[in-house]
Amino acid sequence: MSKAALWRIVLMVAVTTWAGAAIAQANLEINTPAIASLKSSMQNRHAQLAPLYGNGAVGFTRDGNVALRDANAVPLAQRQQVNALIAGENQDRAALYREIARANGQPGWENDIRATFAQRWIERAQPGWYYQSAGGSWVRK
Amino acid sequence: MERYGYRVMLFAGALALGGCVTINIYFPAAAAERAADRIIDEVWQLKKGENPPKPDGPAGAPGERK
Repeated sequence: MSKAALWRIVLMVAVTTWAGAAIAQANLEINTPAIASLKSSMQNRHAQLAPLYGNGAVGFTRDGNVALRDANAVPLAQRQQVNALIAGENQDRAALYREIARANGQPGWENDIRATFAQRWIERAQPGWYYQSAGGSWVRK
Repeated sequence: MERYGYRVMLFAGALALGGCVTINIYFPAAAAERAADRIIDEVWQLKKGENPPKPDGPAGAPGERK
Protein backbone atom coordinates (compact mmCIF):
# COMPACT_ATOMS: atom_id res chain seq x y z
CA MET A 1 0.00 0.00 0.00
CA SER A 2 1.41 3.39 -0.88
CA LYS A 3 1.89 6.21 1.58
CA ALA A 4 -0.71 8.32 -0.21
CA ALA A 5 -3.31 5.56 -0.07
CA LEU A 6 -2.80 5.15 3.64
CA TRP A 7 -3.22 8.83 4.29
CA ARG A 8 -6.36 8.81 2.16
CA ILE A 9 -7.78 6.16 4.51
CA VAL A 10 -6.85 8.24 7.52
CA LEU A 11 -8.51 11.28 5.99
CA MET A 12 -11.64 9.28 5.18
CA VAL A 13 -11.90 7.96 8.72
CA ALA A 14 -11.40 11.45 10.12
CA VAL A 15 -14.05 13.00 7.89
CA THR A 16 -16.55 10.23 8.59
CA THR A 17 -15.92 10.52 12.31
CA TRP A 18 -16.37 14.26 12.40
CA ALA A 19 -19.41 14.10 10.14
CA GLY A 20 -20.91 11.55 12.52
CA ALA A 21 -20.23 13.84 15.44
CA ALA A 22 -21.79 16.74 13.59
CA ILE A 23 -24.95 14.76 12.86
CA ALA A 24 -25.16 13.63 16.46
CA GLN A 25 -24.96 17.27 17.53
CA ALA A 26 -27.30 18.56 14.85
CA ASN A 27 -30.22 18.98 17.18
CA LEU A 28 -31.25 18.34 20.73
CA GLU A 29 -34.51 16.55 21.34
CA ILE A 30 -37.02 19.09 22.63
CA ASN A 31 -40.25 17.61 21.34
CA THR A 32 -41.55 15.71 24.34
CA PRO A 33 -44.92 16.10 26.06
CA ALA A 34 -43.22 17.29 29.26
CA ILE A 35 -41.27 20.01 27.45
CA ALA A 36 -44.34 21.06 25.46
CA SER A 37 -46.40 21.49 28.60
CA LEU A 38 -43.64 23.50 30.30
CA LYS A 39 -43.36 25.72 27.24
CA SER A 40 -47.06 26.45 27.19
CA SER A 41 -47.10 27.15 30.92
CA MET A 42 -44.20 29.59 30.52
CA GLN A 43 -45.81 31.13 27.47
CA ASN A 44 -48.97 31.91 29.43
CA ARG A 45 -46.99 33.35 32.31
CA HIS A 46 -44.96 35.53 29.98
CA ALA A 47 -47.95 37.77 29.35
CA GLN A 48 -47.83 38.73 33.02
CA LEU A 49 -44.04 38.79 33.31
CA ALA A 50 -43.33 40.95 30.24
CA PRO A 51 -44.51 44.23 31.84
CA LEU A 52 -42.42 43.40 34.91
CA TYR A 53 -39.34 42.91 32.74
CA GLY A 54 -40.20 46.19 31.06
CA ASN A 55 -40.38 48.29 34.21
CA GLY A 56 -37.32 46.66 35.79
CA ALA A 57 -39.17 44.94 38.60
CA VAL A 58 -37.95 41.55 37.43
CA GLY A 59 -34.65 40.73 35.77
CA PHE A 60 -32.78 37.75 34.37
CA THR A 61 -30.19 36.14 36.60
CA ARG A 62 -26.90 34.77 35.35
CA ASP A 63 -27.96 31.26 36.39
CA GLY A 64 -30.93 31.03 34.04
CA ASN A 65 -33.66 32.17 36.43
CA VAL A 66 -35.64 35.33 36.96
CA ALA A 67 -35.52 37.37 40.16
CA LEU A 68 -37.14 40.38 41.80
CA ARG A 69 -34.80 43.26 41.00
CA ASP A 70 -36.71 46.30 42.15
CA ALA A 71 -39.54 45.70 44.59
CA ASN A 72 -40.42 49.41 44.50
CA ALA A 73 -41.52 49.03 40.90
CA VAL A 74 -44.35 46.82 42.10
CA PRO A 75 -47.31 48.24 44.04
CA LEU A 76 -47.47 46.77 47.52
CA ALA A 77 -50.75 45.05 46.79
CA GLN A 78 -49.26 43.13 43.89
CA ARG A 79 -45.99 42.05 45.44
CA GLN A 80 -47.22 38.70 46.61
CA GLN A 81 -48.59 37.94 43.16
CA VAL A 82 -45.28 38.94 41.55
CA ASN A 83 -43.33 36.75 43.94
CA ALA A 84 -45.60 33.86 43.04
CA LEU A 85 -45.04 34.54 39.33
CA ILE A 86 -41.27 34.51 39.84
CA ALA A 87 -41.38 31.30 41.89
CA GLY A 88 -43.59 29.61 39.29
CA GLU A 89 -41.36 30.71 36.44
CA ASN A 90 -38.20 29.47 38.15
CA GLN A 91 -39.87 26.16 38.91
CA ASP A 92 -40.81 25.73 35.25
CA ARG A 93 -37.36 26.76 34.11
CA ALA A 94 -35.66 24.24 36.40
CA ALA A 95 -38.01 21.53 35.14
CA LEU A 96 -37.38 22.60 31.54
CA TYR A 97 -33.59 22.34 31.87
CA ARG A 98 -33.94 18.97 33.59
CA GLU A 99 -36.39 17.65 31.00
CA ILE A 100 -34.23 18.66 28.04
CA ALA A 101 -31.25 16.87 29.58
CA ARG A 102 -33.38 13.82 30.27
CA ALA A 103 -35.02 13.81 26.83
CA ASN A 104 -31.53 13.56 25.33
CA GLY A 105 -30.50 10.73 27.60
CA GLN A 106 -27.94 12.90 29.40
CA PRO A 107 -29.25 13.97 32.83
CA GLY A 108 -25.74 15.24 33.55
CA TRP A 109 -26.19 17.99 30.96
CA GLU A 110 -28.74 19.82 33.11
CA ASN A 111 -26.30 22.46 34.34
CA ASP A 112 -24.81 22.97 30.87
CA ILE A 113 -28.30 23.46 29.49
CA ARG A 114 -29.11 25.90 32.27
CA ALA A 115 -25.94 27.87 31.49
CA THR A 116 -26.79 27.91 27.79
CA PHE A 117 -30.31 29.15 28.49
CA ALA A 118 -29.01 31.78 30.93
CA GLN A 119 -26.97 33.28 28.09
CA ARG A 120 -29.74 33.00 25.52
CA TRP A 121 -32.49 34.53 27.69
CA ILE A 122 -30.23 37.54 28.25
CA GLU A 123 -29.08 37.69 24.65
CA ARG A 124 -32.67 37.61 23.39
CA ALA A 125 -34.06 40.01 26.01
CA GLN A 126 -35.56 43.24 24.75
CA PRO A 127 -33.76 46.57 25.16
CA GLY A 128 -34.65 48.05 28.52
CA TRP A 129 -34.90 44.72 30.29
CA TYR A 130 -32.50 43.97 33.11
CA TYR A 131 -30.05 41.13 33.51
CA GLN A 132 -27.42 40.13 35.99
CA SER A 133 -23.83 40.50 34.83
CA ALA A 134 -21.14 37.92 35.53
CA GLY A 135 -20.19 39.98 38.58
CA GLY A 136 -23.74 39.84 39.92
CA SER A 137 -24.77 43.46 39.37
CA TRP A 138 -27.91 44.39 37.43
CA VAL A 139 -27.44 45.79 33.97
CA ARG A 140 -30.06 47.46 31.81
CA LYS A 141 -30.00 46.19 28.25
CA MET B 1 6.87 0.22 4.85
CA GLU B 2 5.07 -2.55 6.73
CA ARG B 3 5.66 -0.90 10.10
CA TYR B 4 4.72 2.51 8.79
CA GLY B 5 1.34 1.23 7.52
CA TYR B 6 0.61 -0.37 10.85
CA ARG B 7 1.24 2.89 12.66
CA VAL B 8 -1.02 4.82 10.33
CA MET B 9 -3.80 2.28 10.78
CA LEU B 10 -3.40 2.53 14.54
CA PHE B 11 -3.67 6.31 14.30
CA ALA B 12 -6.83 6.05 12.19
CA GLY B 13 -8.33 3.63 14.68
CA ALA B 14 -7.54 5.91 17.59
CA LEU B 15 -9.10 8.82 15.73
CA ALA B 16 -12.31 6.87 15.08
CA LEU B 17 -12.48 5.77 18.70
CA GLY B 18 -11.87 9.31 19.89
CA GLY B 19 -14.75 10.46 17.73
CA CYS B 20 -17.13 8.06 19.44
CA VAL B 21 -16.05 9.30 22.86
CA THR B 22 -16.51 12.87 21.67
CA ILE B 23 -20.11 12.21 20.70
CA ASN B 24 -20.93 10.72 24.05
CA ILE B 25 -19.16 12.98 26.48
CA TYR B 26 -18.96 16.52 25.21
CA PHE B 27 -21.92 18.83 25.64
CA PRO B 28 -23.19 19.93 22.22
CA ALA B 29 -23.08 23.65 22.93
CA ALA B 30 -24.18 24.83 19.48
CA ALA B 31 -27.13 22.44 19.38
CA ALA B 32 -28.12 23.52 22.89
CA GLU B 33 -28.08 27.17 21.82
CA ARG B 34 -30.34 26.42 18.88
CA ALA B 35 -32.68 24.43 21.10
CA ALA B 36 -32.74 27.27 23.62
CA ASP B 37 -33.52 29.79 20.89
CA ARG B 38 -36.36 27.67 19.54
CA ILE B 39 -37.89 27.40 23.00
CA ILE B 40 -37.40 31.11 23.74
CA ASP B 41 -39.05 31.97 20.42
CA GLU B 42 -42.10 30.00 21.49
CA VAL B 43 -42.26 31.12 25.09
CA TRP B 44 -41.87 34.78 24.13
CA GLN B 45 -43.77 34.27 20.88
CA LEU B 46 -41.13 36.11 18.91
CA LYS B 47 -41.81 34.42 15.59
CA LYS B 48 -45.58 34.85 15.59
CA GLY B 49 -47.26 38.22 15.96
CA GLU B 50 -44.07 40.29 15.76
CA ASN B 51 -44.82 41.15 12.15
CA PRO B 52 -48.53 41.92 12.25
CA PRO B 53 -50.11 41.60 8.82
CA LYS B 54 -50.78 44.93 7.19
CA PRO B 55 -54.00 44.58 5.21
CA ASP B 56 -53.42 47.79 3.25
CA GLY B 57 -49.78 47.16 2.57
CA PRO B 58 -47.09 49.85 2.49
CA ALA B 59 -48.20 52.52 0.05
CA GLY B 60 -44.98 53.35 -1.75
CA ALA B 61 -43.14 50.05 -1.41
CA PRO B 62 -41.23 49.26 -4.59
CA GLY B 63 -41.90 45.93 -6.23
CA GLU B 64 -45.20 45.52 -4.46
CA ARG B 65 -47.30 42.85 -6.10
CA LYS B 66 -50.83 43.82 -7.13
